[in-house]
Amino acid sequence: MTALMNSLIPLVVLLPLIGAAGALVAGRRPRLQVTFSITVLSLVVLTSAALVYLTDQTGGHAVTVGGWSAPFGIVLVVDRLSALMLLISSIVLLCVLVFSVGQGMADGDRETPVSIYHPSYLILAAGVFNAFVAGDLFNLYVSFEILLVASYVLLTLGGTQARIKAGITYIIVSLVSSMLFLASIAMIYGATGTVNIAQLSVRLGELPADIQLVLQIMLLVAFGIKAAVFPLSFWLPDSYPTAPAPVTAVFAGLLTKVGVYAIIRTETILFPGNTLQTVLLVVALLTLVIGILGAVAQSDIKRMLSFTLVSHIGYMIFGIAIGTVAGLGATIYYVIHHITVQTTLFLATGLVERQGGTTALNRLGGLLKASPVIAVLFFVPALNLGGIPPFSGFIGKLGLFEAGAQTPSPLIWVLIGAGALTSLLTLYALMRAWSLAFWRPKREAHEEESPALDRIEEAPDESADVQETKASPRIMIGATVAMVTVSLALTVFAGPLYSMATRAAQNLEQPADYISLVFPNGGVS
Amino acid sequence: MSASLVLILLMAVLYAGGVYLLLGRSMTRMLLGFLLVGNATNLLILIIAGPAGLAPIVADGVEPSEMHDPLPEALILTAIVITFGVSAFLLALIYRSWRIARADVVTTDAADAAVGGSSIDDEESTEAEDGSDEDTEFEGRAEAKTS
Repeated sequence: MTALMNSLIPLVVLLPLIGAAGALVAGRRPRLQVTFSITVLSLVVLTSAALVYLTDQTGGHAVTVGGWSAPFGIVLVVDRLSALMLLISSIVLLCVLVFSVGQGMADGDRETPVSIYHPSYLILAAGVFNAFVAGDLFNLYVSFEILLVASYVLLTLGGTQARIKAGITYIIVSLVSSMLFLASIAMIYGATGTVNIAQLSVRLGELPADIQLVLQIMLLVAFGIKAAVFPLSFWLPDSYPTAPAPVTAVFAGLLTKVGVYAIIRTETILFPGNTLQTVLLVVALLTLVIGILGAVAQSDIKRMLSFTLVSHIGYMIFGIAIGTVAGLGATIYYVIHHITVQTTLFLATGLVERQGGTTALNRLGGLLKASPVIAVLFFVPALNLGGIPPFSGFIGKLGLFEAGAQTPSPLIWVLIGAGALTSLLTLYALMRAWSLAFWRPKREAHEEESPALDRIEEAPDESADVQETKASPRIMIGATVAMVTVSLALTVFAGPLYSMATRAAQNLEQPADYISLVFPNGGVS
Repeated sequence: MSASLVLILLMAVLYAGGVYLLLGRSMTRMLLGFLLVGNATNLLILIIAGPAGLAPIVADGVEPSEMHDPLPEALILTAIVITFGVSAFLLALIYRSWRIARADVVTTDAADAAVGGSSIDDEESTEAEDGSDEDTEFEGRAEAKTS
């Protein structure tokens, strides 16, 4: 069992990197490149599925890369949380890749113009997977850089003016966050003499409380920028919507969640004890409310979804702030739910953009008649994100509220109220978008006299250009259907998944579990 | 732990200058700011490593306590490589922006301005957006891709 896991864990990082190299070599032969990338990501899905199964049996495993034992070498650690994140992110990455292949075949490389799309995408995948298995802080920093550099390339693909403008904001903000992260690693190393997460878990606790607080806040700010937590979320709605639809989908689904994952690790393994509960609760409250109010004001589906993305990060911060096993378990389930549903919604929006020629709500209309399939594909994840039972969004939110009610305090009750309000407003924003784009007859869209539009400003001309409408190829529809199916599977298999999330949370609450994975013979100091 | 005051002062100056430059609207200034902040962070890691010592090579008559900690230097090397790569990418981006828009500044987001009403001062952005698309390297292709 140990030998199997020893070989499986590095594969999740190695396979996409080898795939990226292969895809780069095969740059002039698109068909070979596509086959190569899809095969590689499918293999990662299988590997992660095996890891989820094995990890749940054994509790986790750490690989000492190159045989250098911790704390001297680099360790790759997979516990239940990492395994779950690996599985869901590899599934999402595979579906989005298939979607973009369909788009590329239909449009002849219009949106993904160069042969570097596949290599960058696979390097992004390698960075994401590496972040989930990183066993030391510096490796986490390197994986952040891997995925960020790949995301810079993907975001500015084609180099049009709008994308470069969005890219510059995104890149500068990411760079500042990376520098902050690097500086905090330097300080942590200076204070403790190690960057190994398991060893830090012991040594950070021995530091004076004020130094601990400074280090914790520096890490939280660095990760908070990546996770788009208010007030560090301003960059997200400006930079995501301009990218090609599949790129936006995968960024929205995964990149912010890598930040959330890092915050979970910081708050449980590195700094247990939940010392910043009040701060986190206030931040979660502001993220929830301000994010969703932003979403309600938007007149463009992509921007509206970007704001709901920011808003729903608040739920995850809320769960982390509760800090109990129930709270963390619900957070992990919610992260999995949100990765799937947010990606699905962006993919469905990509289909809307093709069918309707735009994503501006005041120009869309009559899509239900034109394409009932897309209407359903948008409607199901929209209900799911809004938290309508029996979908996974409802289960996740219910779990969070229940966990909050178990450790009552006035602020937590306020947050439960704000969470319910956010859920309703999400439903309002998404249903308004749905009824305007799909339900409204086409001719009404040109008259622009819908009462639902009173409250939103007309979209600026730049984003409202109605392009030619195109039919959506089967592959794109198929990939979106697959994502909707995955999101429904989260409901159907909610029982086993939720109990595994709870077991993962139990591991997180006991840093000793994590330490014993890295130092099986003890002796950590 | 004792640290060199000169290094600390240098780091502080680099951070201050870097943050000042990063806050500007000009992309070239941002690039310079990023380079300064990056180097300041590298200096921070170097300061953290403690006072200078012997090379960390195991040899007769050298006590481990006399050696310099090699790990921070490995971290610095990695950080330098990353900074280098990102700067190259930023330079390419700035060049592209210049070719397309004849502009070196970050413009105000049009959708933000619409939601915020007319309160956002976008004189600068209109000035920047006036640049024509004529002068692109990939003339026809680049225009076709503008969405």
